[in-house]
Formats: sequence, C-alpha cells, structure tokens
Amino acid sequence: MADLSTNPATDSRMEHRTLGAGGLFVAALKRDLMLSLRRKSELVNPLIFFLMVITLFPLGVSPEPGFLAELAPGVLWVAALLATLLSMDSLFRTDFDDGSLEQLLLSPQPLFVVVLAKVLAHWMLTGLALTLVAPVIAVMLFLPAEGMLGLMLSLLLGTPTLSLVGAIGAALTVGLRKGGVLISLLVLPLYIPVLIFGTGAVQAAVTGLPLGGYLALLGALLALGVTLAPLAISAALRISVSG
Amino acid sequence: MPRWFYQLASPRWCYQITGRLLPGFSIVALLLLLGGTVWALAFAPADYQQGNSFRIIYLHVPSAILAQSCYMLMAVAGAIGLIWKMKVADMVAKSCAPIGATMAVLALLTGAIWGKPTWGSWWVWDARLTSMLILFFLYLGVMALNSAIESESTAAQASAVLALVGLVNIPIIKYSVEWWNTLHQPATFKLTEKPAMPAEMWLPLLVMVIGFYCFFAVSLMMRLRNEILRRERRSGWVRDLLLSK
Amino acid sequence: MSFDSFSEFLSMGGHGLYVWLSYALGLMLILINLVGPLRAGKRLQAQLTRRLLREKNR
Repeated sequence: MADLSTNPATDSRMEHRTLGAGGLFVAALKRDLMLSLRRKSELVNPLIFFLMVITLFPLGVSPEPGFLAELAPGVLWVAALLATLLSMDSLFRTDFDDGSLEQLLLSPQPLFVVVLAKVLAHWMLTGLALTLVAPVIAVMLFLPAEGMLGLMLSLLLGTPTLSLVGAIGAALTVGLRKGGVLISLLVLPLYIPVLIFGTGAVQAAVTGLPLGGYLALLGALLALGVTLAPLAISAALRISVSG
Repeated sequence: MPRWFYQLASPRWCYQITGRLLPGFSIVALLLLLGGTVWALAFAPADYQQGNSFRIIYLHVPSAILAQSCYMLMAVAGAIGLIWKMKVADMVAKSCAPIGATMAVLALLTGAIWGKPTWGSWWVWDARLTSMLILFFLYLGVMALNSAIESESTAAQASAVLALVGLVNIPIIKYSVEWWNTLHQPATFKLTEKPAMPAEMWLPLLVMVIGFYCFFAVSLMMRLRNEILRRERRSGWVRDLLLSK
Repeated sequence: MSFDSFSEFLSMGGHGLYVWLSYALGLMLILINLVGPLRAGKRLQAQLTRRLLREKNR
C-alpha cells in the first residue's frame, strides 16, 4: 500500500481509464513534486550550493563593492547554471533505480508529455527557487537595484531552458554509475547561449538599456527547447534504459 | 534508395571498398598537402599588413573548416545509425570524433599562435576562437559519453543523440558568441562571394583545404577499417581474411 | 618565390617562430592521426589472428 500511495499517477490512471494529455501532464507533475517535496535535503541543496558559490567570489576576488557590482551579473548566472547542473543528476536517477522509469517507457502514454512534466517539476524546485532567492544574493554582491528586474526576468526565462537541456544529459547518463561529472561535460557547452543572453539582459538592465531583445532571445531559446528537448530526452531515455 | 546505400550497410563491402580507395586518397592527400605547404610557405605573397605570419592561415582555415564539417558528418552518420540501425554509420560516427577533435585543437593552437603577432597576445576571447573552443568541448563530450557506456550499440546511439543535439546547438552557439564579441576578421571563404584575397593567396588555401579533406578521408577510412575488424571479429569473412594472410 | 635567400625564408620576416611552430604542430597532429590508426590496426590484426590460430589449433 505504501508503494501505491507514493504513486498518485498510477492511482488516478486506475480511476479514469482514459487519461488525456493534459491529465497525464498534471498527474506526472503532481507525482514528481510530491516525491521531491518529501526529500527536503535535495530540495535545498541547489540553493545552498548557489549561496556558497556566490560567497566564494568576494572571498576569492575582492570584497570591493564597485568591483563586485560589475562582476555580479556573470557570477549570479554562472552560479545559477552550476546549481541547476548539480541537481540534474537526480532527475531520472531515482525513477531508474526503482524501476518506475522502465514502466513509464513501456506505458502507452506519450513519453513527451511525461518528460515535459518531470522537467517542469524539476525546474519549479530548482530554477524557480533560484530565481526567487537571486535578489537576496544579488544584494550581497551589490548589484544595483535597477538590475533586479532584469535578473529575475532573465532567470525566469533562462533557467527552464537550462533544465530542459540538462535533462538531455541526465537522460543520456542515467544508466551509468558515475553520471555526475559526465553530465557537466556533456551539457555545459550547450548552456553557453543561455549564459550569454542571461548576463546580457542583467547588464543591460543595470546600465538602463532596453532588455526586451535579450528576453525575446531567451524566450526563443525556451520555445525551441520546449519543442525539441523532450524529443531528445525521450529518445535518450529509451536508449539508456534498453542498453 | 539506391543500391550503394544498402551496400554501405554491409561492413564487409565497406571494408573492401575502403581498402581499394585508401591508396589513391593517401597519394592525393600527400601530394596536395606537400604541394600546398610549399606553395603556402615559399611562393604565396606576404600579406601587406600582417607580413609572413599570415602564412599560418593555410593551416588555420583548413583545420577549422575540417573540424566543423567533421562534426556535421558525425551527426549525420549518427542520425543514419539511429534511424536505419546501420552499424557502419555508427562506426563512421565513432571514427569521426577523434579526428574532428584534433582538427579543432589544431585550429585553436594555430589561432593562438597567429594571435600573438597579430593581436599581441596568445589568447583573445574572440568570437570565432571561442566557438571553436566550444566545438572542441562538444567533441570531448561525445567522446567521453562514447567511452563511458560499455555496450557498443548503446554507446553509439547515445552519442548519436548527443551529436544531433550539438548540431542543433552549433548555429545558436555560433551566433550568440559572435554577437557577444567580435574582433576577428570575417570569413575567408564565402560561397556566395568572390574571395577578397588575390588569387595567388587563396589558390594555395584551396589546395590546402582539399588536401585536408583528403587527409581526413584517409584517417577516417583507416579508423573505420579498424573498427569494422574489431566489431566483426566473430564473422566468417574476417576469419578468412586474417587466416589467409 | 617570395623570399630572396634561405635564411630569409627561415626567419619569415621576424615571424619565423610563429609560422614554423604552427606548421610543426600541424605536421605533428596530422601524423598522430595517421600513425595512431595504423599502429592500432596492426596491433588489432595481430591480436585477432593470434586468437583465431589458437582457436583453430585447439
């Protein structure tokens, strides 16, 4: 019984036999959020990591406010990127270990939808959380107040893309025992466009330039990611699990 | 589908045809590279701004072009392997990666060396050097993934997916990096325009580019033949081939 | 010929170090890409042949 109750997706599937794509998406999202919320430590780990990396920069470079303010957009974005990457390994790992990933692949439901829901759940607990914490940390780095909106908006639009691309790496390495380092190797080069436009947006906001263009580019990357990444993730999962 | 497409799928046929093509390509590659190098070093005129350091272009540009087209070939071969489950395509994709990576290294090193007399420092965060560095990272990722997975077919499929994801990303990375910073001179060869250099400068470059492609074909065929032998070691024709020697 | 003497050819108008270093690296990387597979192939063939002979004689 304990197993069943941790798996609301299967419960609801039993109740209504025909589950539409929307229902499937919501069920998978709920299940993943619930499972993650039960493991509090994994939830806060990326945030702590984010905070620690940020702390290292004033210690390692210089505590001088003007200098830190100049550095802040890049540092914040790099730290957010690394924090997302750190949490990526666990995205499919638990499901793979307990066999539910295999069940998911065998089920007749479209994998695209389930994968998208899983990535969304992951983003809500990492990217979204990072976005919400970022202003507090930005203050510690003396980011000017004008930059805050740019920082929040760019993180809000950029981190989902990071989750989507990272999920491809996670799916490719899920069958491997030591996937963690490998993921960074596979995924980091692909993160570069998001990093460039994200920091660009923050810098533009700080100097008072219009940031619509940057946000549009980040949005375009996100749109491309939402449409294409789930395909790659599904294919990668099928390959990893069957191998 | 034409007949040769199906023939390509046969490792044995591939082994035989590459064995027949290899000597010819080797000779052409050797002649073109030797001739091109002598032409480039001794006969091509020096650039009026950069002087003789300009001669590095005859290595830098061909290796950069090759690094990019090698990635293209790797991704396309990977896709063919994924879609038609063609073993030879998997082997081609796997053989491409190390060649492409070394070509990216050569482009980076020559770029850095060229940068010293031209820009005054060994490394400049210029858009095209940076995207070449990222291309090198992509190659490293594919190679690392390929060696991390034990099952050969799984490794081939996984790296094919990664190569395709990289292929979609390359133009995005290229434009984002270009937009981020640009110091570099515009591309030397454009398909749509006549080159801005005089003919005595770009002709040796063309020779070198074709020579590099021939060298790539030679190296690829050698690696491919090794890969075919290794994976087909249990089959009858490999046994006959080896024992008849 | 764009050089008058051999020493001028070697010095490359003061950029000799850069030019020759580049070409040496190019030669090295090309050779690595040819010699590596060649030796790997030789080794592989010898290894496979040894195994086949062992299996045949058993």
